[in-house]
Amino acid sequence: MAKPQAPRNSFDGTAARRRCRRFRRRILEISQQVTALHVAPAFSCTEITDAIYHGLMRGTGHDVFLMSKGHGCMIQYVILEELGVLSREDLDRYCKPDGRLGAHPDCETPGVAASTGSLGHGLGLATGQAYAEKLKQTDVMIYCLLSDGEFQEGSTWEAMMMAANLELDNLVAFMDYNDFGGLERMTEGHKAFYPLVAKAEAFGWEAVEVDGHDGEAIFDAVTSRKGGGPLIVVCRTVKGKGVSYMENVPIWHYRSPNKDEYQQGLNELAVE
Amino acid sequence: MRNRFADTFYELGKADPRLCVVVADISPAGSIVRFRQEFPDRFVNVGVAEQIMIGMAAGMAQRGLRPFAYTIATFTLYRPFEMVRDDLCYQNLPVTIVGIGGGVTYSTLGATHHAQEDIAIACALPNMSVIAPCDPAEVEGATRWCATQEHGPVYLRLGKAGEPDFTSTLAEAFTFGKLRFLRRGRDVCILTYGSIMKMASEVADDLQAQGRSVSLVSVHTLKPLDLAGVAEVLAAHRDVVVIEEMSPQGSLGMRVKALAYEQRASSRIHCFSLRDEFVHVYGTHEDLLAAHGLTAAGIVRVMSRS
Repeated sequence: MAKPQAPRNSFDGTAARRRCRRFRRRILEISQQVTALHVAPAFSCTEITDAIYHGLMRGTGHDVFLMSKGHGCMIQYVILEELGVLSREDLDRYCKPDGRLGAHPDCETPGVAASTGSLGHGLGLATGQAYAEKLKQTDVMIYCLLSDGEFQEGSTWEAMMMAANLELDNLVAFMDYNDFGGLERMTEGHKAFYPLVAKAEAFGWEAVEVDGHDGEAIFDAVTSRKGGGPLIVVCRTVKGKGVSYMENVPIWHYRSPNKDEYQQGLNELAVE
Repeated sequence: MRNRFADTFYELGKADPRLCVVVADISPAGSIVRFRQEFPDRFVNVGVAEQIMIGMAAGMAQRGLRPFAYTIATFTLYRPFEMVRDDLCYQNLPVTIVGIGGGVTYSTLGATHHAQEDIAIACALPNMSVIAPCDPAEVEGATRWCATQEHGPVYLRLGKAGEPDFTSTLAEAFTFGKLRFLRRGRDVCILTYGSIMKMASEVADDLQAQGRSVSLVSVHTLKPLDLAGVAEVLAAHRDVVVIEEMSPQGSLGMRVKALAYEQRASSRIHCFSLRDEFVHVYGTHEDLLAAHGLTAAGIVRVMSRS
Protein backbone atom coordinates (compact mmCIF):
# COMPACT_ATOMS: atom_id res chain seq x y z
CA MET A 1 0.00 0.00 0.00
CA ALA A 2 1.55 3.28 -1.07
CA LYS A 3 1.62 5.93 1.59
CA PRO A 4 2.45 9.58 1.03
CA GLN A 5 5.74 10.42 2.65
CA ALA A 6 6.29 13.63 4.43
CA PRO A 7 7.37 16.28 3.67
CA ARG A 8 8.90 15.96 0.21
CA ASN A 9 11.42 18.11 -1.59
CA SER A 10 10.73 16.78 -5.06
CA PHE A 11 8.02 15.14 -7.07
CA ASP A 12 8.67 12.19 -9.37
CA GLY A 13 6.81 13.05 -12.57
CA THR A 14 7.35 9.65 -14.17
CA ALA A 15 5.89 7.80 -11.20
CA ALA A 16 3.00 10.29 -11.13
CA ARG A 17 2.16 9.68 -14.78
CA ARG A 18 2.11 5.95 -14.15
CA ARG A 19 -0.17 6.39 -11.13
CA CYS A 20 -2.53 8.70 -13.01
CA ARG A 21 -2.97 6.19 -15.85
CA ARG A 22 -3.80 3.56 -13.24
CA PHE A 23 -6.31 5.84 -11.50
CA ARG A 24 -8.05 6.60 -14.78
CA ARG A 25 -8.28 2.91 -15.66
CA ARG A 26 -9.79 2.17 -12.26
CA ILE A 27 -12.39 4.91 -12.78
CA LEU A 28 -13.27 3.45 -16.17
CA GLU A 29 -13.61 0.03 -14.53
CA ILE A 30 -16.12 1.42 -12.03
CA SER A 31 -18.00 3.14 -14.87
CA GLN A 32 -18.86 -0.34 -16.14
CA GLN A 33 -20.64 -1.25 -12.90
CA VAL A 34 -22.62 1.95 -12.33
CA THR A 35 -23.55 4.67 -14.79
CA ALA A 36 -24.00 7.38 -12.15
CA LEU A 37 -20.57 8.89 -12.25
CA HIS A 38 -18.76 11.90 -13.61
CA VAL A 39 -15.82 10.44 -15.55
CA ALA A 40 -14.61 13.47 -17.50
CA PRO A 41 -14.65 15.89 -14.52
CA ALA A 42 -12.50 13.39 -12.58
CA PHE A 43 -10.09 12.98 -15.51
CA SER A 44 -9.53 16.73 -15.74
CA CYS A 45 -8.31 16.91 -12.13
CA THR A 46 -6.48 13.56 -11.88
CA GLU A 47 -2.96 15.05 -11.90
CA ILE A 48 -3.95 17.88 -9.53
CA THR A 49 -5.41 15.50 -6.97
CA ASP A 50 -2.49 13.11 -7.34
CA ALA A 51 0.04 15.93 -6.83
CA ILE A 52 -1.81 17.01 -3.68
CA TYR A 53 -1.95 13.53 -2.15
CA HIS A 54 1.40 12.23 -3.35
CA GLY A 55 3.42 15.42 -3.35
CA LEU A 56 2.03 18.00 -0.98
CA MET A 57 0.11 16.36 1.84
CA ARG A 58 2.05 15.01 4.79
CA GLY A 59 0.09 11.86 5.56
CA THR A 60 -3.65 11.46 5.22
CA GLY A 61 -4.36 12.52 8.80
CA HIS A 62 -2.36 15.72 9.01
CA ASP A 63 -2.98 18.13 6.15
CA VAL A 64 -6.47 18.46 4.70
CA PHE A 65 -7.71 17.93 1.16
CA LEU A 66 -11.14 19.37 0.48
CA MET A 67 -12.81 18.43 -2.81
CA SER A 68 -14.98 21.45 -3.44
CA LYS A 69 -15.92 20.26 -6.95
CA GLY A 70 -17.74 17.32 -5.44
CA HIS A 71 -18.55 15.79 -8.83
CA GLY A 72 -14.82 15.13 -9.25
CA CYS A 73 -14.82 12.75 -6.27
CA MET A 74 -14.08 9.56 -8.27
CA ILE A 75 -10.44 10.55 -8.47
CA GLN A 76 -10.34 11.14 -4.72
CA TYR A 77 -11.98 7.76 -4.09
CA VAL A 78 -9.48 5.83 -6.20
CA ILE A 79 -6.56 7.62 -4.53
CA LEU A 80 -8.01 6.92 -1.08
CA GLU A 81 -8.40 3.30 -2.16
CA GLU A 82 -4.76 3.19 -3.19
CA LEU A 83 -3.75 4.74 0.15
CA GLY A 84 -5.80 2.14 2.04
CA VAL A 85 -8.17 4.71 3.52
CA LEU A 86 -11.04 3.22 1.48
CA SER A 87 -11.28 -0.46 0.64
CA ARG A 88 -11.69 -2.15 -2.73
CA GLU A 89 -15.16 -3.22 -1.56
CA ASP A 90 -16.03 0.42 -0.84
CA LEU A 91 -15.33 1.31 -4.47
CA ASP A 92 -16.96 -1.82 -5.85
CA ARG A 93 -20.12 -0.83 -3.98
CA TYR A 94 -20.03 2.75 -5.29
CA CYS A 95 -23.57 4.15 -5.59
CA LYS A 96 -25.10 0.87 -4.42
CA PRO A 97 -27.38 0.60 -1.41
CA ASP A 98 -24.98 -1.65 0.49
CA GLY A 99 -22.06 0.75 -0.07
CA ARG A 100 -21.11 4.11 1.41
CA LEU A 101 -19.78 6.08 -1.55
CA GLY A 102 -22.01 8.30 -3.65
CA ALA A 103 -21.50 10.53 -6.66
CA HIS A 104 -20.66 13.42 -4.31
CA PRO A 105 -18.41 13.20 -1.23
CA ASP A 106 -19.94 12.74 2.22
CA CYS A 107 -18.05 13.90 5.32
CA GLU A 108 -18.93 10.63 7.05
CA THR A 109 -16.67 8.79 4.58
CA PRO A 110 -13.10 8.23 5.83
CA GLY A 111 -10.68 10.65 4.17
CA VAL A 112 -13.39 13.08 3.09
CA ALA A 113 -13.02 16.54 4.65
CA ALA A 114 -16.44 17.94 3.74
CA SER A 115 -19.75 17.04 2.17
CA THR A 116 -19.84 18.83 -1.14
CA GLY A 117 -21.80 18.57 -4.36
CA SER A 118 -23.47 21.94 -4.46
CA LEU A 119 -20.90 24.25 -6.00
CA GLY A 120 -19.51 27.31 -4.28
CA HIS A 121 -19.32 25.87 -0.75
CA GLY A 122 -15.83 24.40 -0.58
CA LEU A 123 -13.67 27.50 -0.47
CA GLY A 124 -15.73 28.99 2.36
CA LEU A 125 -15.35 25.80 4.37
CA ALA A 126 -11.64 25.67 3.56
CA THR A 127 -11.26 29.30 4.67
CA GLY A 128 -12.88 28.47 8.02
CA GLN A 129 -10.72 25.37 8.37
CA ALA A 130 -7.53 27.29 7.57
CA TYR A 131 -8.47 30.05 10.01
CA ALA A 132 -9.16 27.49 12.74
CA GLU A 133 -5.71 25.98 12.24
CA LYS A 134 -4.21 29.48 12.53
CA LEU A 135 -6.03 30.01 15.83
CA LYS A 136 -4.84 26.62 17.04
CA GLN A 137 -1.31 27.56 15.91
CA THR A 138 -0.74 24.32 14.00
CA ASP A 139 1.18 23.80 10.75
CA VAL A 140 -1.76 22.04 9.06
CA MET A 141 -2.21 22.95 5.39
CA ILE A 142 -5.63 23.11 3.77
CA TYR A 143 -5.71 22.16 0.07
CA CYS A 144 -8.96 22.90 -1.71
CA LEU A 145 -9.77 21.85 -5.28
CA LEU A 146 -12.43 23.86 -7.13
CA SER A 147 -13.85 23.72 -10.62
CA ASP A 148 -13.56 26.82 -12.79
CA GLY A 149 -17.38 26.90 -12.88
CA GLU A 150 -17.41 27.34 -9.11
CA PHE A 151 -15.81 30.71 -9.57
CA GLN A 152 -19.08 31.85 -11.11
CA GLU A 153 -20.67 31.49 -7.66
CA GLY A 154 -20.63 34.70 -5.62
CA SER A 155 -19.97 32.69 -2.48
CA THR A 156 -16.57 31.64 -3.86
CA TRP A 157 -15.62 35.32 -4.15
CA GLU A 158 -16.80 36.00 -0.61
CA ALA A 159 -14.34 33.30 0.44
CA MET A 160 -11.60 34.71 -1.82
CA MET A 161 -12.04 38.06 -0.10
CA MET A 162 -11.97 36.70 3.46
CA ALA A 163 -9.07 34.29 2.94
CA ALA A 164 -6.98 37.20 1.68
CA ASN A 165 -8.17 39.52 4.46
CA LEU A 166 -7.11 36.93 7.02
CA GLU A 167 -3.77 36.33 5.22
CA LEU A 168 -4.28 32.58 5.30
CA ASP A 169 -0.90 31.32 4.11
CA ASN A 170 -1.95 27.79 5.10
CA LEU A 171 -4.61 27.71 2.38
CA VAL A 172 -3.91 26.63 -1.19
CA ALA A 173 -6.70 26.54 -3.75
CA PHE A 174 -6.49 24.74 -7.09
CA MET A 175 -8.74 25.73 -9.95
CA ASP A 176 -9.49 22.92 -12.39
CA TYR A 177 -9.62 25.22 -15.40
CA ASN A 178 -11.07 22.81 -17.96
CA ASP A 179 -13.24 25.55 -19.47
CA PHE A 180 -16.38 23.43 -19.58
CA GLY A 181 -19.50 23.96 -17.53
CA GLY A 182 -22.29 21.47 -17.95
CA LEU A 183 -23.45 23.27 -21.08
CA GLU A 184 -20.69 24.96 -23.03
CA ARG A 185 -17.21 26.43 -23.05
CA MET A 186 -17.04 29.18 -20.46
CA THR A 187 -14.48 31.18 -22.45
CA GLU A 188 -17.13 31.54 -25.15
CA GLY A 189 -20.20 32.16 -22.99
CA HIS A 190 -18.63 34.17 -20.15
CA LYS A 191 -15.91 36.36 -21.57
CA ALA A 192 -15.96 38.79 -18.65
CA PHE A 193 -14.88 35.97 -16.36
CA TYR A 194 -11.29 36.28 -17.66
CA PRO A 195 -8.41 36.79 -17.01
CA LEU A 196 -8.33 34.48 -14.00
CA VAL A 197 -4.87 35.01 -12.50
CA ALA A 198 -5.26 38.79 -12.55
CA LYS A 199 -8.68 38.51 -10.86
CA ALA A 200 -7.31 36.34 -8.09
CA GLU A 201 -4.37 38.71 -7.62
CA ALA A 202 -6.72 41.67 -7.49
CA PHE A 203 -8.48 39.90 -4.62
CA GLY A 204 -5.20 39.73 -2.71
CA TRP A 205 -4.18 36.18 -3.55
CA GLU A 206 -0.88 34.95 -4.83
CA ALA A 207 -1.80 33.32 -8.14
CA VAL A 208 0.00 31.25 -10.72
CA GLU A 209 -1.14 29.41 -13.85
CA VAL A 210 0.27 25.99 -14.76
CA ASP A 211 -0.39 23.00 -17.00
CA GLY A 212 -2.86 21.08 -14.85
CA HIS A 213 -1.78 17.73 -16.26
CA ASP A 214 1.83 18.25 -15.21
CA GLY A 215 2.11 17.08 -11.61
CA GLU A 216 5.63 18.43 -11.23
CA ALA A 217 4.54 21.89 -12.36
CA ILE A 218 1.68 21.83 -9.84
CA PHE A 219 3.99 20.66 -7.06
CA ASP A 220 6.59 23.30 -7.93
CA ALA A 221 3.98 26.07 -8.04
CA VAL A 222 3.01 25.31 -4.46
CA THR A 223 6.44 24.63 -3.02
CA SER A 224 7.97 27.75 -4.58
CA ARG A 225 5.23 30.13 -3.50
CA LYS A 226 6.11 33.47 -1.98
CA GLY A 227 3.73 32.95 0.97
CA GLY A 228 2.29 35.48 3.36
CA GLY A 229 -1.24 34.78 2.17
CA PRO A 230 -3.38 32.27 0.32
CA LEU A 231 -2.22 30.81 -2.99
CA ILE A 232 -4.31 29.78 -5.96
CA VAL A 233 -2.92 27.53 -8.67
CA VAL A 234 -4.93 27.97 -11.84
CA CYS A 235 -4.52 24.59 -13.54
CA ARG A 236 -5.16 24.52 -17.30
CA THR A 237 -6.80 21.17 -17.92
CA VAL A 238 -8.69 19.19 -20.51
CA LYS A 239 -12.03 17.78 -19.53
CA GLY A 240 -11.92 14.02 -20.10
CA LYS A 241 -8.11 14.08 -20.34
CA GLY A 242 -6.49 10.77 -21.26
CA VAL A 243 -9.25 9.23 -23.36
CA SER A 244 -9.38 10.79 -26.83
CA TYR A 245 -13.12 10.59 -27.49
CA MET A 246 -13.92 12.19 -24.12
CA GLU A 247 -11.58 15.15 -24.37
CA ASN A 248 -13.49 18.42 -24.55
CA VAL A 249 -16.78 16.69 -25.45
CA PRO A 250 -19.45 17.98 -23.06
CA ILE A 251 -21.61 14.83 -23.02
CA TRP A 252 -18.90 13.03 -21.02
CA HIS A 253 -19.59 15.28 -18.05
CA TYR A 254 -22.26 12.72 -17.15
CA ARG A 255 -22.00 9.81 -19.56
CA SER A 256 -20.41 6.43 -18.87
CA PRO A 257 -18.64 4.59 -21.71
CA ASN A 258 -20.25 1.53 -23.32
CA LYS A 259 -18.31 -1.71 -23.66
CA ASP A 260 -16.42 -0.77 -26.83
CA GLU A 261 -15.69 2.72 -25.60
CA TYR A 262 -14.49 1.24 -22.32
CA GLN A 263 -12.07 -1.06 -24.13
CA GLN A 264 -10.76 1.78 -26.27
CA GLY A 265 -10.27 3.88 -23.13
CA LEU A 266 -8.32 1.10 -21.45
CA ASN A 267 -6.12 0.71 -24.53
CA GLU A 268 -5.36 4.41 -24.61
CA LEU A 269 -4.50 4.34 -20.92
CA ALA A 270 -2.38 1.20 -21.17
CA VAL A 271 0.89 1.15 -19.28
CA GLU A 272 3.69 2.65 -21.34
CA MET B 1 -31.71 39.68 25.41
CA ARG B 2 -28.88 40.81 23.19
CA ASN B 3 -26.89 42.13 26.13
CA ARG B 4 -27.46 39.06 28.28
CA PHE B 5 -26.32 36.90 25.37
CA ALA B 6 -23.18 39.04 25.10
CA ASP B 7 -22.45 38.88 28.85
CA THR B 8 -22.94 35.12 28.96
CA PHE B 9 -20.89 34.51 25.84
CA TYR B 10 -18.06 36.67 27.16
CA GLU B 11 -17.96 34.76 30.42
CA LEU B 12 -18.01 31.37 28.65
CA GLY B 13 -15.54 32.52 26.00
CA LYS B 14 -12.98 33.53 28.61
CA ALA B 15 -12.92 29.94 29.86
CA ASP B 16 -13.24 28.06 26.56
CA PRO B 17 -10.75 28.99 23.82
CA ARG B 18 -12.84 27.12 21.21
CA LEU B 19 -15.61 29.73 21.37
CA CYS B 20 -15.48 32.25 18.52
CA VAL B 21 -17.81 34.83 17.03
CA VAL B 22 -18.26 35.34 13.30
CA VAL B 23 -20.35 38.42 12.51
CA ALA B 24 -21.48 39.94 9.23
CA ASP B 25 -21.00 43.68 9.59
CA ILE B 26 -23.15 44.11 12.69
CA SER B 27 -21.94 46.14 15.62
CA PRO B 28 -21.65 43.72 18.50
CA ALA B 29 -23.51 44.47 21.70
CA GLY B 30 -22.14 45.02 25.19
CA SER B 31 -19.68 42.42 26.29
CA ILE B 32 -19.00 41.11 22.79
CA VAL B 33 -17.06 44.35 22.32
CA ARG B 34 -14.97 43.40 25.34
CA PHE B 35 -14.58 39.87 23.95
CA ARG B 36 -13.28 41.34 20.71
CA GLN B 37 -10.80 43.56 22.54
CA GLU B 38 -9.49 40.73 24.68
CA PHE B 39 -9.57 37.99 22.02
CA PRO B 40 -9.26 39.80 18.69
CA ASP B 41 -8.45 36.62 16.76
CA ARG B 42 -11.59 34.87 17.96
CA PHE B 43 -13.81 37.63 16.63
CA VAL B 44 -14.15 37.67 12.84
CA ASN B 45 -16.13 40.28 10.93
CA VAL B 46 -16.64 38.91 7.42
CA GLY B 47 -18.33 42.11 6.26
CA VAL B 48 -21.57 42.15 4.31
CA ALA B 49 -21.08 38.54 3.24
CA GLU B 50 -23.36 36.08 4.99
CA GLN B 51 -22.49 33.05 2.87
CA ILE B 52 -18.89 33.15 4.04
CA MET B 53 -20.08 33.85 7.59
CA ILE B 54 -21.83 30.46 7.66
CA GLY B 55 -19.25 28.70 5.47
CA MET B 56 -16.35 29.83 7.65
CA ALA B 57 -18.20 28.99 10.86
CA ALA B 58 -18.77 25.48 9.46
CA GLY B 59 -15.12 25.08 8.49
CA MET B 60 -13.99 26.32 11.91
CA ALA B 61 -16.29 23.81 13.62
CA GLN B 62 -14.89 21.03 11.44
CA ARG B 63 -11.48 21.79 12.88
CA GLY B 64 -12.63 21.71 16.49
CA LEU B 65 -13.79 25.27 17.24
CA ARG B 66 -17.23 26.36 18.49
CA PRO B 67 -18.27 29.35 16.41
CA PHE B 68 -21.32 31.51 16.93
CA ALA B 69 -22.48 33.16 13.69
CA TYR B 70 -24.18 36.39 14.67
CA THR B 71 -26.19 38.92 12.73
CA ILE B 72 -29.74 40.20 12.16
CA ALA B 73 -32.07 37.18 12.12
CA THR B 74 -33.12 37.43 8.46
CA PHE B 75 -29.53 37.51 7.28
CA THR B 76 -28.51 34.48 9.34
CA LEU B 77 -30.91 32.13 7.55
CA TYR B 78 -32.35 33.56 4.37
CA ARG B 79 -29.36 34.91 2.46
CA PRO B 80 -27.02 32.00 3.24
CA PHE B 81 -29.76 29.36 3.31
CA GLU B 82 -27.91 26.69 1.36
CA MET B 83 -24.80 27.16 3.52
CA VAL B 84 -26.97 26.66 6.59
CA ARG B 85 -28.50 23.54 5.05
CA ASP B 86 -25.46 21.92 3.44
CA ASP B 87 -22.50 23.21 5.45
CA LEU B 88 -24.06 23.18 8.92
CA CYS B 89 -27.02 20.80 8.92
CA TYR B 90 -25.93 18.15 6.40
CA GLN B 91 -22.56 17.94 8.14
CA ASN B 92 -24.21 18.27 11.57
CA LEU B 93 -21.72 20.79 12.98
CA PRO B 94 -21.93 22.39 16.42
CA VAL B 95 -22.38 25.97 15.24
CA THR B 96 -24.84 28.36 16.86
CA ILE B 97 -26.60 30.76 14.53
CA VAL B 98 -27.64 33.77 16.59
CA GLY B 99 -30.47 35.64 14.91
CA ILE B 100 -30.91 39.09 16.44
CA GLY B 101 -34.31 40.74 16.19
CA GLY B 102 -36.37 37.65 15.38
CA GLY B 103 -39.97 38.23 14.34
CA VAL B 104 -40.80 41.86 13.55
CA THR B 105 -38.52 43.42 16.18
CA TYR B 106 -36.97 45.72 13.58
CA SER B 107 -40.29 47.47 13.30
CA THR B 108 -39.21 50.51 11.32
CA LEU B 109 -36.99 48.76 8.80
CA GLY B 110 -39.53 47.04 6.59
CA ALA B 111 -40.07 43.40 5.69
CA THR B 112 -36.50 42.87 4.44
CA HIS B 113 -35.56 42.94 8.13
CA HIS B 114 -38.47 40.87 9.48
CA ALA B 115 -37.79 37.24 10.37
CA GLN B 116 -41.43 36.20 10.41
CA GLU B 117 -40.94 32.68 9.03
CA ASP B 118 -37.53 31.90 10.56
CA ILE B 119 -38.78 29.31 13.03
CA ALA B 120 -40.58 27.32 10.32
CA ILE B 121 -37.56 27.43 8.02
CA ALA B 122 -35.08 26.47 10.73
CA CYS B 123 -37.33 23.69 12.08
CA ALA B 124 -37.65 22.21 8.57
CA LEU B 125 -33.93 21.44 8.42
CA PRO B 126 -32.71 18.00 9.55
CA ASN B 127 -30.25 18.11 12.49
CA MET B 128 -31.12 21.74 13.35
CA SER B 129 -32.17 22.60 16.90
CA VAL B 130 -34.23 25.75 17.39
CA ILE B 131 -34.42 27.84 20.55
CA ALA B 132 -36.31 31.10 21.14
CA PRO B 133 -35.90 32.27 24.75
CA CYS B 134 -38.54 34.55 26.24
CA ASP B 135 -36.41 36.75 28.50
CA PRO B 136 -32.81 37.55 29.44
CA ALA B 137 -32.59 34.78 32.04
CA GLU B 138 -33.69 32.21 29.48
CA VAL B 139 -31.18 33.65 27.00
CA GLU B 140 -28.46 32.95 29.53
CA GLY B 141 -29.55 29.32 29.98
CA ALA B 142 -29.87 28.82 26.23
CA THR B 143 -26.47 30.40 25.51
CA ARG B 144 -24.78 28.16 28.07
CA TRP B 145 -26.41 25.12 26.46
CA CYS B 146 -25.40 26.21 22.94
CA ALA B 147 -21.78 26.74 23.99
CA THR B 148 -21.41 23.30 25.50
CA GLN B 149 -23.75 21.05 23.48
CA GLU B 150 -22.62 18.22 21.22
CA HIS B 151 -25.81 17.83 19.15
CA GLY B 152 -25.13 19.92 16.05
CA PRO B 153 -26.32 23.23 14.63
CA VAL B 154 -28.64 25.50 16.60
CA TYR B 155 -30.73 28.47 15.53
CA LEU B 156 -30.99 30.78 18.53
CA ARG B 157 -33.66 33.42 17.94
CA LEU B 158 -33.19 36.49 20.10
CA GLY B 159 -35.16 39.68 20.44
CA LYS B 160 -33.26 42.89 20.73
CA ALA B 161 -33.11 44.68 24.02
CA GLY B 162 -35.28 45.68 26.91
CA GLU B 163 -37.29 42.47 27.35
CA PRO B 164 -38.59 42.21 30.95
CA ASP B 165 -37.66 39.37 33.25
CA PHE B 166 -40.08 36.46 33.55
CA THR B 167 -38.07 33.43 34.53
CA SER B 168 -35.14 34.40 36.79
CA THR B 169 -36.97 33.43 39.97
CA LEU B 170 -38.39 30.13 38.70
CA ALA B 171 -37.32 27.09 40.68
CA GLU B 172 -36.99 25.05 37.49
CA ALA B 173 -33.87 25.82 35.43
CA PHE B 174 -33.78 26.17 31.64
CA THR B 175 -33.59 22.67 30.19
CA PHE B 176 -33.10 22.26 26.45
CA GLY B 177 -36.07 20.51 24.87
CA LYS B 178 -38.36 20.87 27.87
CA LEU B 179 -41.10 23.47 28.12
CA ARG B 180 -41.33 25.52 31.27
CA PHE B 181 -44.35 26.64 33.31
CA LEU B 182 -44.14 30.27 34.41
CA ARG B 183 -47.41 29.83 36.25
CA ARG B 184 -49.77 26.91 36.64
CA GLY B 185 -53.55 26.99 36.34
CA ARG B 186 -56.35 24.59 35.49
CA ASP B 187 -58.57 26.09 32.75
CA VAL B 188 -56.51 27.87 30.14
CA CYS B 189 -52.90 27.26 29.10
CA ILE B 190 -50.97 29.82 27.06
CA LEU B 191 -48.07 28.41 25.04
CA THR B 192 -45.61 30.98 23.73
CA TYR B 193 -41.93 31.64 23.02
CA GLY B 194 -39.64 34.59 22.40
CA SER B 195 -40.21 38.25 23.21
CA ILE B 196 -43.97 38.07 22.69
CA MET B 197 -44.03 36.50 26.17
CA LYS B 198 -44.69 40.06 27.37
CA MET B 199 -48.04 40.10 25.55
CA ALA B 200 -48.81 36.51 26.58
CA SER B 201 -48.20 37.45 30.20
CA GLU B 202 -50.64 40.37 29.93
CA VAL B 203 -53.23 38.05 28.41
CA ALA B 204 -52.70 35.65 31.30
CA ASP B 205 -53.16 38.49 33.83
CA ASP B 206 -56.36 39.68 32.17
CA LEU B 207 -57.87 36.21 31.92
CA GLN B 208 -57.03 35.61 35.57
CA ALA B 209 -58.71 38.89 36.46
CA GLN B 210 -61.80 37.50 34.74
CA GLY B 211 -61.66 34.50 37.08
CA ARG B 212 -60.00 31.98 34.78
CA SER B 213 -57.25 29.75 36.14
CA VAL B 214 -54.35 30.24 33.72
CA SER B 215 -51.11 28.41 32.96
CA LEU B 216 -48.35 30.30 31.17
CA VAL B 217 -45.67 28.26 29.43
CA SER B 218 -42.43 29.14 27.65
CA VAL B 219 -41.91 26.70 24.78
CA HIS B 220 -38.36 27.98 24.35
CA THR B 221 -37.22 24.91 22.42
CA LEU B 222 -39.16 24.70 19.16
CA LYS B 223 -37.07 21.82 17.89
CA PRO B 224 -37.01 19.22 19.23
CA LEU B 225 -40.45 20.12 20.51
CA ASP B 226 -41.30 18.79 23.97
CA LEU B 227 -44.02 16.45 22.72
CA ALA B 228 -44.65 14.92 26.14
CA GLY B 229 -44.87 18.38 27.68
CA VAL B 230 -47.36 19.61 25.08
CA ALA B 231 -49.39 16.40 25.47
CA GLU B 232 -49.62 17.03 29.21
CA VAL B 233 -50.75 20.59 28.58
CA LEU B 234 -53.45 19.32 26.19
CA ALA B 235 -54.61 16.72 28.68
CA ALA B 236 -54.81 19.16 31.60
CA HIS B 237 -56.50 22.26 30.08
CA ARG B 238 -59.84 22.87 28.41
CA ASP B 239 -58.46 25.79 26.38
CA VAL B 240 -54.97 25.93 24.93
CA VAL B 241 -53.86 29.27 23.50
CA VAL B 242 -50.78 29.60 21.28
CA ILE B 243 -49.37 33.12 20.93
CA GLU B 244 -46.41 33.51 18.62
CA GLU B 245 -44.56 36.09 16.59
CA MET B 246 -44.27 33.88 13.52
CA SER B 247 -46.24 33.28 10.36
CA PRO B 248 -48.87 30.52 10.55
CA GLN B 249 -47.20 28.08 8.13
CA GLY B 250 -44.99 25.77 10.16
CA SER B 251 -45.91 27.53 13.38
CA LEU B 252 -46.05 26.13 16.89
CA GLY B 253 -49.83 26.53 16.67
CA MET B 254 -50.02 24.15 13.69
CA ARG B 255 -47.85 21.62 15.44
CA VAL B 256 -49.92 21.79 18.63
CA LYS B 257 -53.05 21.20 16.55
CA ALA B 258 -51.46 18.23 14.81
CA LEU B 259 -50.38 16.82 18.14
CA ALA B 260 -53.86 17.36 19.58
CA TYR B 261 -55.31 15.41 16.67
CA GLU B 262 -52.88 12.55 17.21
CA GLN B 263 -53.60 12.52 20.95
CA ARG B 264 -57.37 12.79 20.36
CA ALA B 265 -57.22 15.68 22.81
CA SER B 266 -60.52 17.33 23.65
CA SER B 267 -59.12 20.76 24.48
CA ARG B 268 -59.97 23.71 22.25
CA ILE B 269 -56.95 25.24 20.56
CA HIS B 270 -56.76 28.95 19.78
CA CYS B 271 -53.86 30.16 17.64
CA PHE B 272 -52.68 33.76 17.46
CA SER B 273 -49.76 34.42 15.12
CA LEU B 274 -48.52 36.82 12.48
CA ARG B 275 -50.44 36.51 9.24
CA ASP B 276 -49.11 34.88 6.09
CA GLU B 277 -48.50 38.35 4.69
CA PHE B 278 -45.62 40.80 4.62
CA VAL B 279 -45.97 43.73 7.01
CA HIS B 280 -46.22 47.10 5.27
CA VAL B 281 -46.46 49.10 8.49
CA TYR B 282 -43.75 51.12 10.23
CA GLY B 283 -43.88 51.99 13.92
CA THR B 284 -43.16 50.41 17.27
CA HIS B 285 -42.81 46.67 17.68
CA GLU B 286 -46.29 46.70 19.24
CA ASP B 287 -47.68 48.64 16.25
CA LEU B 288 -46.50 45.94 13.88
CA LEU B 289 -47.84 43.10 15.97
CA ALA B 290 -51.16 44.95 16.17
CA ALA B 291 -51.19 45.34 12.38
CA HIS B 292 -51.40 41.55 12.23
CA GLY B 293 -54.01 41.37 14.96
CA LEU B 294 -51.68 40.58 17.80
CA THR B 295 -52.67 42.64 20.86
CA ALA B 296 -53.29 41.47 24.41
CA ALA B 297 -56.74 43.12 24.43
CA GLY B 298 -57.71 41.49 21.15
CA ILE B 299 -56.66 38.02 22.29
CA VAL B 300 -58.45 38.48 25.62
CA ARG B 301 -61.57 39.58 23.74
CA VAL B 302 -61.56 36.41 21.64
CA MET B 303 -60.84 34.23 24.65
CA SER B 304 -63.58 35.86 26.73
CA ARG B 305 -66.11 34.60 24.21
CA SER B 306 -64.84 31.02 24.39
